[in-house]
Amino acid sequence: MIKPLIQLEGISFEYLNHPVFRNVNLQLFSGETLALVGGNGSGKSTLLQLIVGLQPPTSGRIIAFGKERSNESHFRQVRARAGLLFQDSDDQLFCPTVMEDVTFGPLNLGKSEEEALAIAEITLASVGLTDFSGRITHKLSGGEKRLVALATVLAMEPEVLLLDEPTNGLDEQAEKRLVELLESLDQTMVLVSHDRSLIERLATRAVLLQDNTLVDAVMHSHPHHHTHSHLHIHAAKHTSDHEHNDDVPEHADHHLHD
Amino acid sequence: MSELFLLSSQAQPRWLTACDPRVRVLAALLLALVTVSLSQPLVLVIALALVLILSRAVNLGFNTLLKRLLAFESFMLLVLLFIPFSIPGDSILQLGSLTASWQGLERALVIVLRANTVVIGLLSLVGTLEPEVLGHALARLRVPDKLVHLFLLTVRYVSVLLDEYQRLRLAMRARAFVAGSNRHTWRSFGWLIGMLLVRSMHRSQRILAAMKCRGFHGRFYLLDNSVWQTRDSLATGLCVLVLTCLLVLENSL
Repeated sequence: MIKPLIQLEGISFEYLNHPVFRNVNLQLFSGETLALVGGNGSGKSTLLQLIVGLQPPTSGRIIAFGKERSNESHFRQVRARAGLLFQDSDDQLFCPTVMEDVTFGPLNLGKSEEEALAIAEITLASVGLTDFSGRITHKLSGGEKRLVALATVLAMEPEVLLLDEPTNGLDEQAEKRLVELLESLDQTMVLVSHDRSLIERLATRAVLLQDNTLVDAVMHSHPHHHTHSHLHIHAAKHTSDHEHNDDVPEHADHHLHD
Repeated sequence: MSELFLLSSQAQPRWLTACDPRVRVLAALLLALVTVSLSQPLVLVIALALVLILSRAVNLGFNTLLKRLLAFESFMLLVLLFIPFSIPGDSILQLGSLTASWQGLERALVIVLRANTVVIGLLSLVGTLEPEVLGHALARLRVPDKLVHLFLLTVRYVSVLLDEYQRLRLAMRARAFVAGSNRHTWRSFGWLIGMLLVRSMHRSQRILAAMKCRGFHGRFYLLDNSVWQTRDSLATGLCVLVLTCLLVLENSL
Protein backbone atom coordinates (compact mmCIF):
# COMPACT_ATOMS: atom_id res chain seq x y z
CA MET A 1 0.00 0.00 0.00
CA ILE A 2 1.21 3.51 -0.81
CA LYS A 3 1.95 5.53 2.28
CA PRO A 4 0.42 8.99 2.50
CA LEU A 5 2.80 11.98 2.63
CA ILE A 6 0.74 13.59 5.34
CA GLN A 7 -1.77 11.93 7.58
CA LEU A 8 -4.00 13.43 10.26
CA GLU A 9 -5.48 10.99 12.77
CA GLY A 10 -8.38 11.96 15.02
CA ILE A 11 -7.40 15.64 15.10
CA SER A 12 -9.53 17.95 17.23
CA PHE A 13 -9.03 21.65 17.61
CA GLU A 14 -10.59 24.13 19.99
CA TYR A 15 -10.37 27.88 19.79
CA LEU A 16 -11.14 29.76 23.02
CA ASN A 17 -12.91 26.66 24.42
CA HIS A 18 -15.08 26.55 21.34
CA PRO A 19 -14.64 23.39 19.26
CA VAL A 20 -13.70 24.22 15.67
CA PHE A 21 -13.51 20.64 14.45
CA ARG A 22 -13.46 17.16 15.98
CA ASN A 23 -12.02 13.84 14.98
CA VAL A 24 -10.60 14.92 11.63
CA ASN A 25 -8.92 12.20 9.58
CA LEU A 26 -7.08 13.11 6.42
CA GLN A 27 -4.60 11.45 4.12
CA LEU A 28 -2.65 13.28 1.48
CA PHE A 29 -0.99 11.15 -1.17
CA SER A 30 1.89 12.04 -3.43
CA GLY A 31 0.89 13.65 -6.71
CA GLU A 32 -2.65 14.63 -5.85
CA THR A 33 -4.18 18.07 -5.52
CA LEU A 34 -6.64 17.96 -2.69
CA ALA A 35 -9.29 20.66 -2.49
CA LEU A 36 -10.29 21.56 1.05
CA VAL A 37 -13.64 23.28 1.06
CA GLY A 38 -16.03 24.47 3.73
CA GLY A 39 -17.85 27.55 4.94
CA ASN A 40 -16.36 30.63 6.54
CA GLY A 41 -14.95 29.89 9.96
CA SER A 42 -15.07 26.14 9.42
CA GLY A 43 -11.33 25.98 10.14
CA LYS A 44 -9.81 25.42 6.71
CA SER A 45 -6.87 27.77 7.28
CA THR A 46 -6.43 26.38 10.77
CA LEU A 47 -6.16 22.87 9.38
CA LEU A 48 -3.32 23.99 7.07
CA GLN A 49 -1.57 25.62 10.01
CA LEU A 50 -1.92 22.45 12.08
CA ILE A 51 -0.19 20.46 9.35
CA VAL A 52 2.95 22.61 9.62
CA GLY A 53 2.70 22.94 13.40
CA LEU A 54 1.88 26.63 13.64
CA GLN A 55 -0.96 25.71 15.99
CA PRO A 56 -1.07 22.66 18.22
CA PRO A 57 -4.12 20.40 17.92
CA THR A 58 -6.15 19.82 21.07
CA SER A 59 -5.86 16.09 20.44
CA GLY A 60 -4.89 13.68 17.69
CA ARG A 61 -1.77 12.68 15.78
CA ILE A 62 -0.03 14.31 12.84
CA ILE A 63 2.13 12.04 10.73
CA ALA A 64 4.14 13.82 8.07
CA PHE A 65 6.72 12.36 5.71
CA GLY A 66 6.73 9.04 7.49
CA LYS A 67 7.14 10.24 11.09
CA GLU A 68 4.83 11.37 13.84
CA ARG A 69 5.33 15.09 14.44
CA SER A 70 4.57 16.57 17.81
CA ASN A 71 7.08 19.25 18.76
CA GLU A 72 8.60 22.39 17.30
CA SER A 73 11.83 20.77 16.12
CA HIS A 74 9.82 18.04 14.32
CA PHE A 75 7.74 20.66 12.60
CA ARG A 76 10.80 22.63 11.49
CA GLN A 77 11.60 19.69 9.25
CA VAL A 78 8.01 19.52 8.05
CA ARG A 79 7.97 23.22 7.13
CA ALA A 80 10.95 22.78 4.87
CA ARG A 81 9.11 20.09 2.93
CA ALA A 82 5.57 21.47 3.03
CA GLY A 83 5.39 25.12 1.99
CA LEU A 84 2.43 27.20 3.13
CA LEU A 85 1.24 30.08 0.96
CA PHE A 86 -0.55 32.60 3.18
CA GLN A 87 -3.80 34.29 2.31
CA ASP A 88 -2.34 37.78 2.71
CA SER A 89 1.00 38.16 0.96
CA ASP A 90 1.86 41.15 3.13
CA ASP A 91 2.21 38.68 5.98
CA GLN A 92 4.64 36.59 4.02
CA LEU A 93 6.91 39.21 2.49
CA PHE A 94 8.72 41.05 5.22
CA CYS A 95 12.17 41.68 3.73
CA PRO A 96 13.19 44.98 2.15
CA THR A 97 13.82 43.57 -1.33
CA VAL A 98 12.36 40.71 -3.36
CA MET A 99 15.75 39.00 -3.56
CA GLU A 100 16.16 39.02 0.21
CA ASP A 101 12.69 37.59 0.65
CA VAL A 102 13.25 34.75 -1.81
CA THR A 103 16.68 33.85 -0.40
CA PHE A 104 15.45 33.96 3.22
CA GLY A 105 14.14 30.37 3.15
CA PRO A 106 17.17 28.76 1.45
CA LEU A 107 19.56 30.64 3.77
CA ASN A 108 17.63 29.37 6.78
CA LEU A 109 17.98 25.85 5.39
CA GLY A 110 21.74 26.30 5.56
CA LYS A 111 22.52 27.14 1.94
CA SER A 112 25.44 29.47 1.24
CA GLU A 113 24.74 32.95 -0.06
CA GLU A 114 25.83 32.02 -3.61
CA GLU A 115 23.64 28.91 -3.64
CA ALA A 116 20.69 30.84 -2.23
CA LEU A 117 21.11 33.58 -4.85
CA ALA A 118 21.26 30.99 -7.62
CA ILE A 119 18.12 29.24 -6.33
CA ALA A 120 16.33 32.57 -6.04
CA GLU A 121 17.23 33.55 -9.61
CA ILE A 122 15.89 30.26 -10.95
CA THR A 123 12.75 30.42 -8.83
CA LEU A 124 11.97 34.01 -9.80
CA ALA A 125 12.47 33.13 -13.45
CA SER A 126 10.15 30.12 -13.07
CA VAL A 127 7.31 32.33 -11.81
CA GLY A 128 8.01 34.85 -14.57
CA LEU A 129 9.56 37.56 -12.42
CA THR A 130 13.08 37.55 -13.80
CA ASP A 131 13.79 41.26 -13.35
CA PHE A 132 12.23 41.58 -9.93
CA SER A 133 15.18 40.72 -7.72
CA GLY A 134 16.05 44.30 -6.78
CA ARG A 135 12.46 45.47 -6.40
CA ILE A 136 11.24 46.72 -3.06
CA THR A 137 8.55 44.39 -1.71
CA HIS A 138 6.09 46.90 -0.35
CA LYS A 139 5.93 48.72 -3.67
CA LEU A 140 4.73 45.65 -5.62
CA SER A 141 1.14 45.27 -6.82
CA GLY A 142 -1.18 42.71 -5.22
CA GLY A 143 -0.68 40.20 -8.03
CA GLU A 144 3.09 40.61 -8.00
CA LYS A 145 3.17 40.18 -4.23
CA ARG A 146 1.28 36.88 -4.51
CA LEU A 147 3.70 35.59 -7.14
CA VAL A 148 6.73 36.65 -5.10
CA ALA A 149 5.19 35.00 -2.02
CA LEU A 150 4.80 31.81 -4.06
CA ALA A 151 8.43 32.16 -5.18
CA THR A 152 9.58 32.44 -1.55
CA VAL A 153 7.79 29.16 -0.84
CA LEU A 154 9.03 27.41 -4.00
CA ALA A 155 12.63 28.49 -3.29
CA MET A 156 12.64 26.04 -0.38
CA GLU A 157 11.95 23.26 -2.89
CA PRO A 158 8.98 21.79 -1.00
CA GLU A 159 7.35 18.47 -1.89
CA VAL A 160 3.93 19.68 -0.78
CA LEU A 161 2.29 23.07 -1.30
CA LEU A 162 -0.41 24.21 1.09
CA LEU A 163 -2.32 26.99 -0.64
CA ASP A 164 -4.63 29.16 1.45
CA GLU A 165 -7.03 30.95 -0.90
CA PRO A 166 -4.31 31.53 -3.50
CA THR A 167 -6.44 33.61 -5.88
CA ASN A 168 -8.12 35.69 -3.19
CA GLY A 169 -8.09 39.40 -3.97
CA LEU A 170 -6.38 39.06 -7.33
CA ASP A 171 -7.69 40.65 -10.51
CA GLU A 172 -8.54 38.52 -13.52
CA GLN A 173 -5.14 38.76 -15.18
CA ALA A 174 -3.12 38.12 -12.04
CA GLU A 175 -5.40 35.18 -11.26
CA LYS A 176 -4.94 33.71 -14.73
CA ARG A 177 -1.19 33.98 -14.43
CA LEU A 178 -1.15 32.37 -10.99
CA VAL A 179 -3.49 29.53 -11.95
CA GLU A 180 -1.44 28.72 -15.06
CA LEU A 181 1.64 28.66 -12.90
CA LEU A 182 0.05 26.39 -10.29
CA GLU A 183 -1.08 24.02 -13.06
CA SER A 184 2.49 23.72 -14.29
CA LEU A 185 3.86 22.73 -10.88
CA ASP A 186 4.31 19.07 -10.05
CA GLN A 187 4.11 19.37 -6.28
CA THR A 188 1.44 17.63 -4.26
CA MET A 189 -1.00 20.32 -3.17
CA VAL A 190 -3.69 21.08 -0.65
CA LEU A 191 -5.90 23.83 -1.98
CA VAL A 192 -8.19 25.88 0.22
CA SER A 193 -10.52 27.90 -1.94
CA HIS A 194 -14.06 29.07 -2.49
CA ASP A 195 -13.40 29.42 -6.18
CA ARG A 196 -15.15 26.52 -7.93
CA SER A 197 -13.54 27.11 -11.29
CA LEU A 198 -10.12 27.00 -9.64
CA ILE A 199 -10.99 23.75 -7.87
CA GLU A 200 -12.29 22.31 -11.12
CA ARG A 201 -9.05 23.15 -12.90
CA LEU A 202 -6.60 21.98 -10.26
CA ALA A 203 -8.11 19.52 -7.83
CA THR A 204 -8.03 15.75 -8.19
CA ARG A 205 -9.97 15.07 -5.00
CA ALA A 206 -11.95 17.10 -2.50
CA VAL A 207 -12.73 17.02 1.19
CA LEU A 208 -15.33 19.10 2.96
CA LEU A 209 -15.19 20.64 6.43
CA GLN A 210 -18.77 20.52 7.58
CA ASP A 211 -20.56 20.28 10.93
CA ASN A 212 -17.25 20.41 12.79
CA THR A 213 -15.68 17.49 11.00
CA LEU A 214 -14.05 16.53 7.75
CA VAL A 215 -15.85 14.37 5.23
CA ASP A 216 -14.90 13.11 1.79
CA ALA A 217 -16.57 15.07 -0.95
CA VAL A 218 -17.61 13.94 -4.39
CA MET A 219 -16.67 16.30 -7.16
CA HIS A 220 -18.59 16.03 -10.33
CA SER A 221 -19.82 18.30 -13.01
CA HIS A 222 -22.97 17.58 -14.91
CA PRO A 223 -24.46 19.47 -17.78
CA HIS A 224 -27.49 21.66 -17.38
CA HIS A 225 -29.54 22.22 -20.48
CA HIS A 226 -31.18 25.56 -20.25
CA THR A 227 -30.84 28.89 -21.91
CA HIS A 228 -29.33 31.73 -20.05
CA SER A 229 -27.36 34.86 -20.71
CA HIS A 230 -23.71 35.28 -19.89
CA LEU A 231 -22.35 38.46 -18.45
CA HIS A 232 -19.73 39.94 -20.73
CA ILE A 233 -17.70 42.87 -19.49
CA HIS A 234 -15.55 44.81 -21.89
CA ALA A 235 -14.70 48.42 -22.68
CA ALA A 236 -17.62 50.28 -24.26
CA LYS A 237 -15.70 51.18 -27.41
CA HIS A 238 -14.82 47.56 -28.15
CA THR A 239 -18.36 46.33 -28.83
CA SER A 240 -17.90 46.20 -32.58
CA ASP A 241 -14.90 43.89 -32.73
CA HIS A 242 -16.32 41.57 -30.11
CA GLU A 243 -17.88 38.32 -31.32
CA HIS A 244 -21.16 37.56 -29.66
CA ASN A 245 -21.95 33.92 -30.02
CA ASP A 246 -25.68 33.44 -30.36
CA ASP A 247 -25.61 29.69 -29.85
CA VAL A 248 -26.95 28.54 -26.57
CA PRO A 249 -23.94 27.47 -24.57
CA GLU A 250 -23.92 24.29 -22.62
CA HIS A 251 -23.71 25.14 -19.01
CA ALA A 252 -21.63 22.84 -16.90
CA ASP A 253 -22.03 23.78 -13.32
CA HIS A 254 -19.70 22.37 -10.81
CA HIS A 255 -21.03 20.71 -7.74
CA LEU A 256 -19.43 19.66 -4.51
CA HIS A 257 -21.30 17.65 -1.97
CA ASP A 258 -20.70 14.83 0.41
CA MET B 1 0.94 57.15 0.60
CA SER B 2 3.14 58.93 -1.95
CA GLU B 3 3.69 61.60 0.69
CA LEU B 4 5.45 59.01 2.80
CA PHE B 5 8.24 58.33 0.34
CA LEU B 6 8.27 61.71 -1.30
CA LEU B 7 11.97 62.45 -1.24
CA SER B 8 13.25 59.21 -2.63
CA SER B 9 11.87 58.95 -6.11
CA GLN B 10 12.99 62.28 -7.53
CA ALA B 11 15.71 62.32 -10.14
CA GLN B 12 19.05 62.40 -8.42
CA PRO B 13 22.33 63.39 -10.06
CA ARG B 14 24.58 60.56 -11.18
CA TRP B 15 27.51 61.44 -8.94
CA LEU B 16 25.20 61.05 -5.96
CA THR B 17 23.66 57.70 -6.88
CA ALA B 18 27.07 56.31 -7.84
CA CYS B 19 28.32 57.15 -4.37
CA ASP B 20 28.17 54.46 -1.65
CA PRO B 21 25.20 55.24 0.63
CA ARG B 22 27.51 54.90 3.62
CA VAL B 23 29.27 58.09 2.52
CA ARG B 24 26.03 60.02 2.84
CA VAL B 25 25.26 58.59 6.27
CA LEU B 26 28.79 59.34 7.49
CA ALA B 27 28.76 62.84 6.01
CA ALA B 28 25.42 63.59 7.67
CA LEU B 29 26.73 62.33 11.01
CA LEU B 30 29.92 64.41 10.80
CA LEU B 31 27.96 67.45 9.67
CA ALA B 32 25.63 67.14 12.66
CA LEU B 33 28.54 66.74 15.10
CA VAL B 34 30.47 69.72 13.72
CA THR B 35 27.41 71.94 13.46
CA VAL B 36 26.35 71.50 17.07
CA SER B 37 29.88 72.40 18.16
CA LEU B 38 29.80 75.72 16.25
CA SER B 39 28.61 78.78 18.15
CA GLN B 40 29.66 81.80 16.04
CA PRO B 41 26.57 83.08 14.16
CA LEU B 42 28.70 84.01 11.13
CA VAL B 43 30.20 80.51 10.78
CA LEU B 44 26.76 79.01 11.27
CA VAL B 45 25.37 81.19 8.49
CA ILE B 46 28.17 79.91 6.22
CA ALA B 47 27.33 76.33 7.23
CA LEU B 48 23.64 76.91 6.52
CA ALA B 49 24.48 78.40 3.13
CA LEU B 50 26.61 75.34 2.35
CA VAL B 51 23.83 72.87 3.18
CA LEU B 52 21.35 74.92 1.15
CA ILE B 53 23.72 74.69 -1.82
CA LEU B 54 24.00 70.97 -1.11
CA SER B 55 20.21 70.59 -1.12
CA ARG B 56 20.14 72.22 -4.58
CA ALA B 57 22.99 70.02 -5.76
CA VAL B 58 21.18 66.79 -4.80
CA ASN B 59 18.03 68.01 -6.61
CA LEU B 60 15.97 68.23 -3.46
CA GLY B 61 13.05 70.40 -4.60
CA PHE B 62 12.61 73.62 -2.67
CA ASN B 63 8.88 72.99 -2.14
CA THR B 64 9.50 69.50 -0.83
CA LEU B 65 12.13 70.82 1.52
CA LEU B 66 9.81 73.54 2.75
CA LYS B 67 7.00 71.07 3.36
CA ARG B 68 9.32 68.82 5.35
CA LEU B 69 10.62 71.77 7.36
CA LEU B 70 7.22 73.18 8.21
CA ALA B 71 6.45 71.16 11.33
CA PHE B 72 9.96 71.69 12.56
CA GLU B 73 9.99 75.46 11.97
CA SER B 74 6.93 75.98 14.17
CA PHE B 75 8.97 74.52 17.01
CA MET B 76 11.86 76.81 16.07
CA LEU B 77 9.48 79.77 16.28
CA LEU B 78 8.78 78.87 19.90
CA VAL B 79 12.53 78.84 20.56
CA LEU B 80 12.89 82.29 19.00
CA LEU B 81 10.01 83.59 21.12
CA PHE B 82 10.95 82.17 24.48
CA ILE B 83 14.74 81.90 24.69
CA PRO B 84 15.37 85.71 24.60
CA PHE B 85 13.22 86.06 27.71
CA SER B 86 14.91 83.29 29.63
CA ILE B 87 18.52 84.53 29.42
CA PRO B 88 19.58 87.57 31.44
CA GLY B 89 21.56 90.38 29.75
CA ASP B 90 21.13 93.78 28.05
CA SER B 91 17.44 94.40 27.57
CA ILE B 92 15.77 94.86 24.17
CA LEU B 93 12.14 94.65 25.18
CA GLN B 94 10.19 94.77 28.42
CA LEU B 95 6.87 92.93 28.78
CA GLY B 96 5.57 93.36 32.31
CA SER B 97 8.08 91.63 34.52
CA LEU B 98 9.68 89.77 31.57
CA THR B 99 12.77 91.12 29.80
CA ALA B 100 14.13 89.97 26.44
CA SER B 101 17.92 90.26 26.17
CA TRP B 102 20.35 90.67 23.27
CA GLN B 103 22.35 87.72 24.58
CA GLY B 104 19.19 85.64 24.66
CA LEU B 105 18.34 86.61 21.10
CA GLU B 106 21.81 85.64 19.94
CA ARG B 107 21.51 82.28 21.70
CA ALA B 108 18.11 81.69 20.07
CA LEU B 109 19.54 82.57 16.65
CA VAL B 110 22.44 80.17 17.17
CA ILE B 111 20.03 77.37 18.08
CA VAL B 112 17.79 78.07 15.07
CA LEU B 113 20.78 78.17 12.69
CA ARG B 114 22.30 74.97 14.10
CA ALA B 115 19.01 73.08 14.01
CA ASN B 116 18.20 74.18 10.46
CA THR B 117 21.68 73.31 9.21
CA VAL B 118 21.49 69.82 10.72
CA VAL B 119 17.95 69.13 9.51
CA ILE B 120 18.50 70.41 5.96
CA GLY B 121 21.77 68.50 5.82
CA LEU B 122 20.02 65.30 6.96
CA LEU B 123 17.15 65.77 4.51
CA SER B 124 19.60 66.32 1.64
CA LEU B 125 21.99 63.50 2.46
CA VAL B 126 19.93 60.82 4.22
CA GLY B 127 16.38 61.88 3.36
CA THR B 128 17.07 61.32 -0.33
CA LEU B 129 18.08 57.67 0.24
CA GLU B 130 15.53 54.90 -0.22
CA PRO B 131 14.72 53.70 3.32
CA GLU B 132 15.77 50.16 2.31
CA VAL B 133 19.12 51.43 1.08
CA LEU B 134 19.57 53.41 4.29
CA GLY B 135 18.88 50.25 6.29
CA HIS B 136 21.54 48.34 4.36
CA ALA B 137 24.01 51.21 4.77
CA LEU B 138 23.41 51.29 8.53
CA ALA B 139 23.97 47.53 8.73
CA ARG B 140 27.26 47.90 6.87
CA LEU B 141 28.28 50.67 9.25
CA ARG B 142 27.96 48.07 12.03
CA VAL B 143 24.84 49.53 13.58
CA PRO B 144 23.42 46.74 15.80
CA ASP B 145 21.44 44.15 13.81
CA LYS B 146 18.35 44.45 15.96
CA LEU B 147 18.08 48.19 15.35
CA VAL B 148 18.58 47.78 11.60
CA HIS B 149 15.89 45.11 11.34
CA LEU B 150 13.52 47.06 13.54
CA PHE B 151 14.01 49.96 11.14
CA LEU B 152 13.56 47.82 8.03
CA LEU B 153 10.46 46.07 9.37
CA THR B 154 8.99 49.45 10.29
CA VAL B 155 9.63 50.71 6.77
CA ARG B 156 8.07 47.55 5.39
CA TYR B 157 4.89 47.67 7.44
CA VAL B 158 4.25 51.37 7.99
CA SER B 159 2.41 51.53 4.66
CA VAL B 160 0.41 48.39 5.45
CA LEU B 161 -0.64 49.95 8.75
CA LEU B 162 -1.46 53.23 7.06
CA ASP B 163 -3.69 51.34 4.60
CA GLU B 164 -5.47 49.65 7.49
CA TYR B 165 -5.92 52.97 9.24
CA GLN B 166 -7.33 54.53 6.08
CA ARG B 167 -9.73 51.62 5.54
CA LEU B 168 -11.06 51.92 9.08
CA ARG B 169 -11.32 55.68 8.77
CA LEU B 170 -13.20 55.32 5.49
CA ALA B 171 -15.56 52.82 7.10
CA MET B 172 -16.24 55.36 9.84
CA ARG B 173 -16.92 58.10 7.31
CA ALA B 174 -19.16 55.77 5.33
CA ARG B 175 -21.32 55.59 8.44
CA ALA B 176 -21.53 59.37 8.64
CA PHE B 177 -18.89 59.86 11.28
CA VAL B 178 -17.69 63.46 11.53
CA ALA B 179 -14.95 64.27 13.99
CA GLY B 180 -15.90 66.90 16.53
CA SER B 181 -14.84 67.76 20.03
CA ASN B 182 -17.20 65.55 21.94
CA ARG B 183 -17.23 62.31 23.88
CA HIS B 184 -18.48 60.31 20.92
CA THR B 185 -15.53 61.42 18.76
CA TRP B 186 -12.94 60.64 21.38
CA ARG B 187 -14.46 57.27 22.13
CA SER B 188 -14.62 56.42 18.42
CA PHE B 189 -10.99 57.39 17.92
CA GLY B 190 -10.13 55.30 20.95
CA TRP B 191 -11.77 52.31 19.31
CA LEU B 192 -10.02 53.07 16.04
CA ILE B 193 -6.61 53.07 17.74
CA GLY B 194 -7.51 50.00 19.79
CA MET B 195 -8.58 48.19 16.63
CA LEU B 196 -5.35 49.16 14.90
CA LEU B 197 -3.32 47.81 17.83
CA VAL B 198 -5.24 44.52 17.86
CA ARG B 199 -4.88 44.14 14.09
CA SER B 200 -1.18 44.96 14.23
CA MET B 201 -0.70 42.33 16.90
CA HIS B 202 -2.52 39.74 14.84
CA ARG B 203 -0.54 40.71 11.80
CA SER B 204 2.74 40.41 13.67
CA GLN B 205 1.68 36.92 14.76
CA ARG B 206 0.92 35.98 11.17
CA ILE B 207 4.25 37.40 9.99
CA LEU B 208 6.09 35.37 12.61
CA ALA B 209 4.16 32.27 11.53
CA ALA B 210 5.13 32.93 7.91
CA MET B 211 8.75 33.38 8.95
CA LYS B 212 8.68 30.11 10.87
CA CYS B 213 7.30 28.41 7.78
CA ARG B 214 10.45 29.43 6.00
CA GLY B 215 12.68 28.04 8.70
CA PHE B 216 13.33 31.25 10.67
CA HIS B 217 15.57 30.57 13.65
CA GLY B 218 16.38 34.03 14.93
CA ARG B 219 18.63 35.26 12.17
CA PHE B 220 17.92 37.81 9.47
CA TYR B 221 19.98 38.05 6.33
CA LEU B 222 20.80 41.12 4.33
CA LEU B 223 22.15 40.88 0.82
CA ASP B 224 24.25 43.87 -0.04
CA ASN B 225 26.99 43.85 -2.60
CA SER B 226 27.98 47.51 -2.59
CA VAL B 227 31.74 47.96 -2.50
CA TRP B 228 33.56 50.94 -1.02
CA GLN B 229 35.58 52.59 -3.78
CA THR B 230 38.29 55.22 -4.05
CA ARG B 231 35.62 57.67 -5.17
CA ASP B 232 33.83 57.12 -1.86
CA SER B 233 36.99 57.77 0.14
CA LEU B 234 37.54 60.98 -1.84
CA ALA B 235 33.96 62.15 -1.21
CA THR B 236 34.31 61.47 2.52
CA GLY B 237 37.65 63.29 2.49
CA LEU B 238 36.07 66.31 0.84
CA CYS B 239 33.35 66.42 3.51
CA VAL B 240 35.94 66.20 6.27
CA LEU B 241 37.96 69.01 4.65
CA VAL B 242 34.96 71.38 4.41
CA LEU B 243 33.91 70.63 7.97
CA THR B 244 37.46 71.16 9.24
CA CYS B 245 37.53 74.55 7.51
CA LEU B 246 34.36 75.50 9.41
CA LEU B 247 35.93 74.43 12.69
CA VAL B 248 39.12 76.40 11.96
CA LEU B 249 37.07 79.47 11.04
CA GLU B 250 35.09 79.14 14.26
CA ASN B 251 38.24 79.06 16.38
CA SER B 252 39.99 81.91 14.56
CA LEU B 253 37.07 84.35 14.94
